Amino acid sequence: MLRLVVLGAVLVITCALALSIGPVRIPIEEVIRALRGDASGSAQTIVTGLRAPRILMAALVGAGLAVSGTVFQALLRNPLAEPYILGISSGAAVGAVAALVFGITATSVIALPMLAFLGAVLAMTIVLAMAGARGRGLDTRILLLSGVVIGAFFNSIILLIINFADVETFRAAMLWIMGSFAGSSRESVLVVGAYVVPTLIGLTLLARPLNLLSVGEQSAFHLGVDVRRFKLLLYVVTSLVVGVCVAGAGAIGFVGLVVPHALRLVGGSDHRWLLPGSALCGAAFMVAADTIARVAVAPAELPVGVVTALIGVPVFLWLLLRHEELA
Amino acid sequence: MTSVFSVTSVSYSYPGATSAALADVSLQVAPGSFHTLLGPNGSGKSTLLRVVLGELGPASGSVSYLGRPMASWRRRDVAQRVAFVPQSEPLAFPLTVRALVEMGRYPHVGVLGRPGPDDEDAIEKAMRLAGVLEFADRSVTNLSGGERQRARIARALAQEPDVLVLDEPTAALDLHFEMETFELLRMLVTDSGLTVVVATHNLNLAARYASELMLLAEGRVRASGPPDAVLRHDILEDVYRWPVVVLPHPGPGPDAGAPQIIPLSRRP
Repeated sequence: MLRLVVLGAVLVITCALALSIGPVRIPIEEVIRALRGDASGSAQTIVTGLRAPRILMAALVGAGLAVSGTVFQALLRNPLAEPYILGISSGAAVGAVAALVFGITATSVIALPMLAFLGAVLAMTIVLAMAGARGRGLDTRILLLSGVVIGAFFNSIILLIINFADVETFRAAMLWIMGSFAGSSRESVLVVGAYVVPTLIGLTLLARPLNLLSVGEQSAFHLGVDVRRFKLLLYVVTSLVVGVCVAGAGAIGFVGLVVPHALRLVGGSDHRWLLPGSALCGAAFMVAADTIARVAVAPAELPVGVVTALIGVPVFLWLLLRHEELA
Repeated sequence: MTSVFSVTSVSYSYPGATSAALADVSLQVAPGSFHTLLGPNGSGKSTLLRVVLGELGPASGSVSYLGRPMASWRRRDVAQRVAFVPQSEPLAFPLTVRALVEMGRYPHVGVLGRPGPDDEDAIEKAMRLAGVLEFADRSVTNLSGGERQRARIARALAQEPDVLVLDEPTAALDLHFEMETFELLRMLVTDSGLTVVVATHNLNLAARYASELMLLAEGRVRASGPPDAVLRHDILEDVYRWPVVVLPHPGPGPDAGAPQIIPLSRRP
């Protein structure tokens, strides 16, 4: 519990710093005044008009992706499982880009996340079918391999689709591939929040059965979990979260890998701590990564996915080595 | 009295397999009895356990628990009464022994409940009985095979079940803990009225501790009944394709006279 309070404090401080740091530096006191609504004109606009929606979006997406990673790792009993590595984020990005390019919707709050959700489900179905095709149980190596390959395949599909797009849409679609919070608005934050917040709360309440599942499906079954239904529920809910996050900010990788792993080192594998911890820490991690993306090469901007990959890939490789040792 | 488990001419084949894993197997488990399932590797012991416990649905035949079809039970209701100790359980994430044993309370506590003093008592008692108290706070991934197995037994005991089902529980244990485990099972049957079903390769311990034996060969029941009826030298030589002699346990102790199997050299 204390650890969660600390993580919550870290998140608040990270957000406050992110509101302050940028091409225009705004002192913390001014940030606080702006949040109360009585700062000077330009500071008010920058804090509440520009940076706040972007930071809230980063927090929501970071929380969503980190919790999804935690759930996938429990479901697949594999610390390397993560929506991006499994190709699920790329599947969702195909759905989102298709919606954008073919003008199915630019504004609808339902169609864009739903198409991203369907893309996520499609990718996940293919990857799981591949990994389960050879006999009983999922083959971890095939799971990761097919995830990476399916991800590459879906990225090609995106490139194919955006050939049909005009210049403006092309730019927006490129952002989806790399991941960015630059386009966040009050409305998009509300849409993503409306999907992500209730789902994350719901998932957090399922910590106990998730603990059992992470030990083994057979054991979970004999300890009273309706494994088949529970797994289906988790797959659907996490796909929805991933779809919505990708629709909101693009395919940002490795958050779901780095965050749960760090938390396991600090406080163990109990999902009663891991799930809420992932939400808080994932949010703080993404806000920090986006702040780096905003200021590292100012006045230009890095795609935030580049920042998370620079941190995430070494962690992935390290985990891969350790995982092989365990197996 | 209603059977705990009632299995009637059950058959099962794994997807893609050419021969049946179980063919026309029937089994009645009476309350308070001590059953063992015996048979060579691949004879269907584990499959039968999985079918009995509802993990696998039989292709034909029926399985019921307390007179009701197994498939119609809610999983949590079964788990409050029936505990299972798997043969092995590879862990993907480190976990303390105490956390593992605590999972045995899930069927009683539920998704949103908080463990109370009763649950704490059950966990302590289970850890004491299984002999894992001294390493309760160590990570399961750092334990020896035998210690892990005892941790899994503790988790099953923490469920406070009426029925305890174990799949080769002593395969990884040394002589001391193998005997401790069977003594514990006997105590649970005689003192607490538990029903115990064990799949094992240890014919001699089955003969001493179990009241009912079932010998499987290639998915079929070769013999079943009390030790003397099943552990006959002609049946064993046929099933295991190895010469054996069967001698009475010399005593002392309660097992004196139980049939004990000594495999011979192929060339005497």
